[in-house]
Amino acid sequence: MSDAEMSDAEMTREIAFTVNGQPAALAVEERFSLADMLRHRLGLTGTHLGCEHGVCGACTVMVDGHAVRACLMLAVQVDGAAVTTVEGLADDDGRLSRLQQAFSDHHGLQCGFCTPGILMTLTEFLADHPAPAEDQLREALSGNICRCTGYQGIVDAVMDVLASPPPAGGAR
Amino acid sequence: MPGKVFVGQSVQRLEDPDLLRGRGQFLDDLALPGMLEAAFVRSPFAHASFGRIDTAAAAAMPGVVAVLTAADLPAEMREKRILLQVPHPAITYPVTQMPLASHEVCFVGEAVAMVIADSRHRAEDAAEQVIVDWRPLPAVAHCLEALKPSAAPVHSAMKDNLAGRFTLAFGEVDAAFAAAPHVFSARYDTHRGTGHPMECRGVAAVYDVVGAGLRVWTSTQTPHNTQRGLVDMFDMAEDKVRVITPDVGGGFGPKNQVYPEEMMVPLAAKLLGRPVKWVEDRREHFLTTTQERDQVWEVSVAVDENGRILGLKGHLVHDAGAYLPWGIIMPYISASTLPGPYRVPSYRLEVSVAFTNMVATTPMRGAGRPQAVFVMERLVDLIARELALDPAAVRNRNFIAAADMPYSMGLTYRDGAPVIYDSGDYPEAQRRALAGAGYDDFKARQAAALAEGRYIGIGIGNYVEGTGLGPFEGATVRILSNGRVAIYTGATPAGQAHRTILAQICADQLGIDVAAVDVVLGDTGVMPRGAGTFASRITVNAGSSVQIAAGQVREKILALAAAKFGVAESDLELADGLVRITGAQGDSISFAELAKMTSGMPGYVLPQGVVPDLEASGYFTPAQATYSNGSHVAVVEVDPETGMVTIDDYVVVHDCGNVINPKLVDGQVQGGVVHGIGNALLERMVYDADANPLTTTFADYLMPTAEWAPKCRIIHMESPTPLNPLGVKGAGEGGTIPVPAAIVAAVENALAPFAVRLDSCPVTPQMIVEKVQAARQQESTP
Repeated sequence: MSDAEMSDAEMTREIAFTVNGQPAALAVEERFSLADMLRHRLGLTGTHLGCEHGVCGACTVMVDGHAVRACLMLAVQVDGAAVTTVEGLADDDGRLSRLQQAFSDHHGLQCGFCTPGILMTLTEFLADHPAPAEDQLREALSGNICRCTGYQGIVDAVMDVLASPPPAGGAR
Repeated sequence: MPGKVFVGQSVQRLEDPDLLRGRGQFLDDLALPGMLEAAFVRSPFAHASFGRIDTAAAAAMPGVVAVLTAADLPAEMREKRILLQVPHPAITYPVTQMPLASHEVCFVGEAVAMVIADSRHRAEDAAEQVIVDWRPLPAVAHCLEALKPSAAPVHSAMKDNLAGRFTLAFGEVDAAFAAAPHVFSARYDTHRGTGHPMECRGVAAVYDVVGAGLRVWTSTQTPHNTQRGLVDMFDMAEDKVRVITPDVGGGFGPKNQVYPEEMMVPLAAKLLGRPVKWVEDRREHFLTTTQERDQVWEVSVAVDENGRILGLKGHLVHDAGAYLPWGIIMPYISASTLPGPYRVPSYRLEVSVAFTNMVATTPMRGAGRPQAVFVMERLVDLIARELALDPAAVRNRNFIAAADMPYSMGLTYRDGAPVIYDSGDYPEAQRRALAGAGYDDFKARQAAALAEGRYIGIGIGNYVEGTGLGPFEGATVRILSNGRVAIYTGATPAGQAHRTILAQICADQLGIDVAAVDVVLGDTGVMPRGAGTFASRITVNAGSSVQIAAGQVREKILALAAAKFGVAESDLELADGLVRITGAQGDSISFAELAKMTSGMPGYVLPQGVVPDLEASGYFTPAQATYSNGSHVAVVEVDPETGMVTIDDYVVVHDCGNVINPKLVDGQVQGGVVHGIGNALLERMVYDADANPLTTTFADYLMPTAEWAPKCRIIHMESPTPLNPLGVKGAGEGGTIPVPAAIVAAVENALAPFAVRLDSCPVTPQMIVEKVQAARQQESTP
């Protein structure tokens, strides 16, 4: 954005938070959504916008361990919080999380646009539900729309993760 | 001979690692230095003329670089319309959109001005300040209304709203009806919403002053059509317009058009000398991305005493919307799909295509076939009910037999070739689907459920689908000097895993691992000719091209190695990136060495007759479409009090010829069925009487979620086609096509105690409750 005069709508605020474990501090427009800041200020483009009205779930990220819609949350609200995005799921060396790997094994993604949001929703869900029934899983998933897969590959992926024991000391 | 190591296997997708880590590169992820962003000013009226557009206030807003209206277009673009993609002689008024409307808008959302600023936020702020002198005109909100003599014109320059009229016919239909023991008639209203890929549309462009060329990135299924549209609009040489597709977040048909924004963003980049990007938001998608919407069918079927079809006739009215970007091809597909897997001796369908003041309709996953299959299957169920026959038995009496293949229907398909079903066993497909769903004892289960107060029902949907449409798709296979194999192709994926499929085919031809293959696609700069991803055509066309090209590379490798080693080609074999003399301790040379030698290595002389470079190009040009088929059986439970439908079981028999990757085909089928469930039960694009769209969020327009999705039980049959070297048929749309037919039949069957008839789709809870209440009232009225 240019340094030319700014409108009232463009008031900014300084915020500091962590994203995928790394500290971040910046002045962000108060009207920016969390998704806009992640994508356009921090270059974390793995968080996708599918509807920008809170229904499709593509923009889901985790804030302090809870899945939230980054299109409905303002960027300034994460001041002091810990944000995790899809870029934070794999190891630093690129090894996929068990859930990510299971998605690939079970054809849980096609175009991959909704996938980051679904991974974040399910990462929280699995942390809270160690042994869910399939209908619980489907209900949890019902806040994310996928037009490609018909959801079965996603359900199969989660069931596979649940059926196999976690590696020693490893997370899902 | 090439082996078959990867083809036929559920090879892991090459696309997954990046997408799972958030490293996909979708259109909005593109950040070019100095890039500007655009927002559009759109019509709030379904039909209006307009005078002056006052852009002064908007242009003065912070960060705004330009505000463009039609008056600002270069002289050569003024009043020019976007290239009509599929011309047809039956089109009466071949009207497409202008890049910006110049004096009249014909649907809500049609753009009249473009604001370009240093951020999207600022562009939208300024777009609100553009003042348009609107003069609302009467609007047409339904295709039947459009064709009434009293209807207001959708475009003020038109005499009437007829966009096209044609008749498809064969046999002696009048004689058949005159002599038939029974004639049954019905009206069916079908509706489909829109494709709703999770990624909306988007375009970015750079104008290269030095090379005098445009580079355009767009989230499309068809970069080559976009290029054709740009070449026509800008009157530029083809080699100066390069269109590239990044990762595409779903297509489903609506991204197979050339849109006004795909003209305006490149124009702005050219005028301003800076990169420009526009990304559609979901509200814009609801307003401006093409849909399928309404068809109204009035049809009659003539049958003998045993339910055998003697003739089929009727009239189809199709809602074209305000423009014809894809001509009238969709109702044409509907009309040529109607007879389906059944032996119909005589047929006449008159088709009227009507303009309405709503966004244009164009093919979406299934492309007019779900509607035709719904109508045909409802008609067959009607025959069964009227003659007190079993619905499956009526179908069995009418099926085209496997022994009748190839079967000529008597019509011309949209590709200009006769409709000739090439292979398939329709009776066997239904037999397996019925067996899978336990059809034989269903009546007993239904009676037992009814005794408990539960309403369960079963429904059948059979279809035949023309796939693999030409004219061609091409591929170049090249072995690089590092030994990796590159495929360049016009294929443009939106989730179908074309990279994986094409790598499988290539790897088997060259005796290498799929991991050694890189697939470069969706870029007019690497493959100058292509058609695009629609009509379930990529595995058939691009797959066959890869098979042909890789086979030629293989022959070239053998010829070069035979010359080098002084042996016969039959003494050589390809394995692991090497060509070697068969037998123990045989000499060998790597593909990489051969590639270096043939790409101009000083001192190496090519054998006579061998052209440089270890590469070959192939274009597969199918003679006609190849016809996939399938049979779906749905079992549902309906709550007559709430209208809620629960899908208890869903069996799919799917025949797309030889299967390259079973896991990928299963995924296409499962995803397609759930899309079809949306069409059967949920998705309705609602407009009011003035053609204002009312369902413009995912809270109003319901998409199927995980709770709606059954685990489909998928049974594969493989009837290879002789029409291409792989023996494959298309698999991308068949999952969707018969779903409304099967599910609505099952709902009607479940509600048989109320004698409810369902002649439209989607079937909503409200509709079910109203029908049940009406039936109960009728019962209680003496």
